[in-house]
Amino acid sequence: MTSEIGGYNFAYLDEQTKRMIRRALLKAVAIPGHQVPFGSREMPLPYGWGTGGIQVTAAVLGADDVLKVIDQGADDTTNAVSIRRFFARTAGVATTTRTAEATVIQTRHRIPEQPLREDQILVYQVPMPEPMAKLEPSRAETRRMHGLSDYGLMHVKLYEDIARFGQISISYDYPVMVNGRYLMSPSPIPAFDNPKMHQMAALQLFGAGREKRIYAIPPYTDVRSLDFEDHPFRAIRAPHPCGLCGAEDSYLDEVVTDNAGGRLFVCSDTDHCAERRACGHVGDDGVAEAAE
Amino acid sequence: MNEPRLLEANGLTLHFGAIPALVDVDAQLWPGEVLAIVGESGSGKTTLLNVLAGRIRPDSGVVQYRAPDGEMLDVHAMPAPALRGLHRSDWGFVQQNPRENLRMGVSAGGNVGERLMARGERHYGDIRAEALRWLAEVEIDADRIDDLPRVFSGGMLQRLQIARTLVTHPRLVFMDEPTGGLDVSVQARLLDLIRSLVARLGIAVVLVTHDIAVARLLAARIMVMQRGRVVETGLTDQVLDDPQHPYTQLLVSSVLAA
Repeated sequence: MTSEIGGYNFAYLDEQTKRMIRRALLKAVAIPGHQVPFGSREMPLPYGWGTGGIQVTAAVLGADDVLKVIDQGADDTTNAVSIRRFFARTAGVATTTRTAEATVIQTRHRIPEQPLREDQILVYQVPMPEPMAKLEPSRAETRRMHGLSDYGLMHVKLYEDIARFGQISISYDYPVMVNGRYLMSPSPIPAFDNPKMHQMAALQLFGAGREKRIYAIPPYTDVRSLDFEDHPFRAIRAPHPCGLCGAEDSYLDEVVTDNAGGRLFVCSDTDHCAERRACGHVGDDGVAEAAE
Repeated sequence: MNEPRLLEANGLTLHFGAIPALVDVDAQLWPGEVLAIVGESGSGKTTLLNVLAGRIRPDSGVVQYRAPDGEMLDVHAMPAPALRGLHRSDWGFVQQNPRENLRMGVSAGGNVGERLMARGERHYGDIRAEALRWLAEVEIDADRIDDLPRVFSGGMLQRLQIARTLVTHPRLVFMDEPTGGLDVSVQARLLDLIRSLVARLGIAVVLVTHDIAVARLLAARIMVMQRGRVVETGLTDQVLDDPQHPYTQLLVSSVLAA
């Protein structure tokens, strides 16, 4: 791996900035689901690539931590590799791709398939922290709605979906109620991952860099996906087993393999898939580990 | 007149800078009664309506509302969540321009159902059935339930706004020129609709209008305003047939005969 570089404070941000972010994090943990403003800094990557998540990670990272970064479930995409290397060089922390070994996991668009533990922290990158942003253009008004717990509007959106499509058609960034009080955007994770947030053992932190907001879900907190009594929430999953490891309970990516309509469904969580294959599970399109 | 009042305002005064918008205004409203506030543009009608509804705070004076349990609530002293709660269940507000109240990007059914969902209804089938019932109530065809309001005519928009407001069975509705900007035949149908709904459901209404004919048709009592003051108040027929104040006399004599 790359070696540590000099000239930067531990984990890039200066100590005062990290303290400011930690204060916002403490407040966020104290009020689960509530968006706390913070003084988001310019980071050496563009907005939309995880400037919020990277600042939260920098603020919570200690010298003994083991960092894992995933992007759409994968450990080997550009964003994941860059952020992992960034902290390896500026903080000198150990990095890993294995979910079980990590103490801090920064994620974009997925929650790992493997259940997380109490000694782990999950940091989400959030592009748009306000769940009602597309329904109510005024930020002052949405703040008032949060303050008064006035969430009829969000249900209007769900009503419209059922009236138009016969079902709730939100497949990602599915709004949740946290601790029975605050409506929250879970960041653009698939609705499939929503049930994992409920009563999760790990601390969940959310950072939105451009929008300058931090929010959090403490361990073992109720997180409910919004729904109607006669149209309950359903976690949507492609009806296939993973082509490589044969898993039938994981979230799948659809990969186009040729120009003749060939499709391959594989686990989006690459670490989960690799570990299953290492244990001898083989899918229809996979190759047995021993044969390699 | 010894019956308990639903809404009572005493000594309302409000200045916009040097301009007196309201000067020592008193008002009373009994349950199930329609009260019209008339006067020319700039006389303070809409300001009074907004103050009564708790939307604008007066410089001095008190507005009290009798909650269903009989307790008198000070509208301007109650906490914001309580006032919001009143506005989304017990009260309704019908705007002159329905576009201000309706969500133009949401279907007619969603617009009618919003107040139900805000109140905590979580059964899609029930909400839709209630929306259909209310669309029928305001004479909008059931097959328009999934249409967006922007394809509706002005009269339909106003009726949709009324359905959206009345769906939670409010006890008190504030109306700001509900027939403004509509042509006369549409106006007549809408007035008919409002009159029958209000009478049947026993809703108390505070109605602001500059149209004497509308006041005569809908309201039992009338308040005439000029320059922020109430110059005359009484039973509608009495005031309009035998106006005492010179300004009311002018107002009544200015109505064009068809």
